[in-house]
Amino acid sequence: SLTTAMAASARLLFRGAGLKAYTANVNSGAQSSFGTTLLRLSPNCSSQTKTQIKHASHFTYHPDPVPTMYGPTTKMNLFQSVTSALDNTLASDPTAVIFGEDVAFGGVFRCTVGLRDKYGKDRVFNTPLCEQGIVGFGIGAAAAGATAIAEIQFADYIYPAFDQIVNEAAKYRYRSGNLFDCGNLTIRAPWGCVGHGSLYHSQSPEAFFAHCPGIKIVIPRGPVQCKGLLLSCIEDHNPCIFFEPKILYRAAVEQVPTEAYTIPLSQAEVLQEGSDVTLVAWGTQIHVLREVVSMAQEKLGVSCELIDLQTILPWDTETVCKSVAKTGRLLISHEAPVTGGFAAEISSTVQEECFLNLEAPITRVCGYDTPFPHIFEPFYIPDKWKCFEAVKRLISY
Amino acid sequence: GASNLAGALRQQPFDSSEEKPQFPGASAEFIDHLEFIQPNVISGIPVYRVMDRAGQIINPSEDPQLSKETVVNFYQKMTLLNTMDRILYESQRQGRISFYMTNYGEEGTHIGSAAALDSKDLVFGQYREAGVLMYRGFPLDLFMAQCYANADDLGKGRQMPVHYGSKDLNFVTISSPLATQIPQAAGAAYAAKRENTNRAVICYFGEGAASEGDAHAGFNFSATLECPLIFFCRNNGYAISTPTNEQYRGDGIAARGPGYGMLSIRVDGNDVFAVYNATKEARRRAVAENQPFLIEAMTYRIGHHSTSDDSSAYRSVDEVNYWDKQDHPISRLRHYMTARSWWSEDNERSWRKQSRKTVMEAFEKAEKRHKPHLDLMFTDVYDEMTPNLIRQRESMWRHIQQYKDHYPLDAYAK
Repeated sequence: SLTTAMAASARLLFRGAGLKAYTANVNSGAQSSFGTTLLRLSPNCSSQTKTQIKHASHFTYHPDPVPTMYGPTTKMNLFQSVTSALDNTLASDPTAVIFGEDVAFGGVFRCTVGLRDKYGKDRVFNTPLCEQGIVGFGIGAAAAGATAIAEIQFADYIYPAFDQIVNEAAKYRYRSGNLFDCGNLTIRAPWGCVGHGSLYHSQSPEAFFAHCPGIKIVIPRGPVQCKGLLLSCIEDHNPCIFFEPKILYRAAVEQVPTEAYTIPLSQAEVLQEGSDVTLVAWGTQIHVLREVVSMAQEKLGVSCELIDLQTILPWDTETVCKSVAKTGRLLISHEAPVTGGFAAEISSTVQEECFLNLEAPITRVCGYDTPFPHIFEPFYIPDKWKCFEAVKRLISY
Repeated sequence: GASNLAGALRQQPFDSSEEKPQFPGASAEFIDHLEFIQPNVISGIPVYRVMDRAGQIINPSEDPQLSKETVVNFYQKMTLLNTMDRILYESQRQGRISFYMTNYGEEGTHIGSAAALDSKDLVFGQYREAGVLMYRGFPLDLFMAQCYANADDLGKGRQMPVHYGSKDLNFVTISSPLATQIPQAAGAAYAAKRENTNRAVICYFGEGAASEGDAHAGFNFSATLECPLIFFCRNNGYAISTPTNEQYRGDGIAARGPGYGMLSIRVDGNDVFAVYNATKEARRRAVAENQPFLIEAMTYRIGHHSTSDDSSAYRSVDEVNYWDKQDHPISRLRHYMTARSWWSEDNERSWRKQSRKTVMEAFEKAEKRHKPHLDLMFTDVYDEMTPNLIRQRESMWRHIQQYKDHYPLDAYAK
């Protein structure tokens, strides 16, 4: 019930953007079930909001340009793009199954709405409440030839499955000499801060997994990336962890192709070219840095190059190093705590590869080395002002 | 049958007109007095047995009536495993392989259960189930190749000895973390059910591993998701040095099955026919009814836990001797065969000689082979090598070219 309440309040937080997206989808054919759900929920939402005081969102979502190369598009928020990817998969791959806690009725974040009705209860089903079981079960199903798409309800609750992920999923192919593998396993989990998620509904655990050869870790910044990268994870012949920034489930809305398409893994994307500083991030933090790019241009006349890493492991060193070789300065930002965070890996690698190009020490703007706090969240996160200040120092070093 | 059981465990339709419990979580009557349910550990679930210690069939209606050929094959597989165990155990003592785990006293659980399966049934094991592979025809050369980690090893020399696996024989590669295979077996059985190919999955584990959280996960998932799966617990009394009274306080592992809504049985693990019968029936019903079964085979770990363990530090030699000399699965089956004149002293002598010879031949061959090519350290981490791994492999080769005198390069395949 805690998680359900959490999901409900996540809906509250983004009711503006979410409602608009919903309304837009009421009559959009394939997505009509979302509309029905919304109408049932919306009176609740508006009556509860009066008692809530929210800090303004720490980012502004910037929609991607409408993709033209994959056929017709529909306006989707991030959770709808997840559903769309899962829908495409279930339609094309008869072995594919989706399972986890509460996925049958549509999921606490609505990512699986309608799929059970469309594809059957043997393909979209609830499991007992046990994360180590969910991942172990998914490994076994994948090893036996099924496409297994497991959901962990919050990334914060993935740790009970850490052993199954690190000792089992990641090492299955290697230890068997390629006799067996669980490459058809994908683990999806809501990820990142959400405004009021506190210790166990806010975490960004990617660095824990980045130290583990054998798995892939992928994090999208918006609905178009989400669908394309998720479909790549599902098709990939290696076990993948796909983290979905839950703050974007309703807040991020853009035109997404309705048919299946893939965006390659282990490729970073240069979102904005620049010449003075390279900024690297992933997930929601991309949108924070987009604003920093503008602020740096307007207030300092500094030209920033913004890179969305997208895949944490195995990561795209080439794109990042090429950019730093050009700009000579690097800022990496993530929500997770700084010590042992993935920025340390990027920083160290770039320092090895681009030592002669670097004109200032590499800067990390990250979460503090504390648990993720409830009421202090606005002070905890590496927001645009912290990142802007870091750019200023990088330039004046 | 199963449909009734499944029906009883489903939620009852809500009907407020009757004065009976309406709680969605259980189907039960009210009682009007306070009474805690007592665990029954003094008189536990009985141990199913087909033949006694002298190899006599106790109840003729339970005799599986296997042919002479089948029974002799059981015996030869059990004794061949025993011979291989003795030779590889000694080879570890001499430092020729790094590690070994014997199967002494548990040969009957392996052969009896393996024989009751279909060869396409997928096996998930712990590490003390080499007899299952032996029964399925895994060549001695490949057992040895794995233990020696030589160039013939299907696992490419990456895992410790006794971590066998065979795709051809549907035996999923063993890993060291205990009980992790249990929920995996549930997932594999679920996939098998959806394929609709009459395939079952069997999952072996020790009574110690059953204390892991993954055991709980696997039992519960397989029951709620209705998986055609046989859980086979080898309860041999010890998890390394830990006796069962420090492992659990209930009536062993079998008693947990009903708590998960799982049909369960306890068998004499030293009675290959009891193991065979239980597995055969569990397999038949698991596939027909899509539900899991739990078999707890009571046995005794006669050998040390592994070559890194001296079990005399925590248990008496007398205790071990009882099981080795008076209640052993191999001697019991031999009594059965002798009584039918299916096996003689001559047969025994020549089979011992022959099995020892074949094991020694495989052993010597394995020892002479090169280790796998060094490049195999970097492959199979992912399906394709990442640029990062290619760089690291190149870096290793550059290094060993420069310092080649300091590495055992000659032992490895070129």
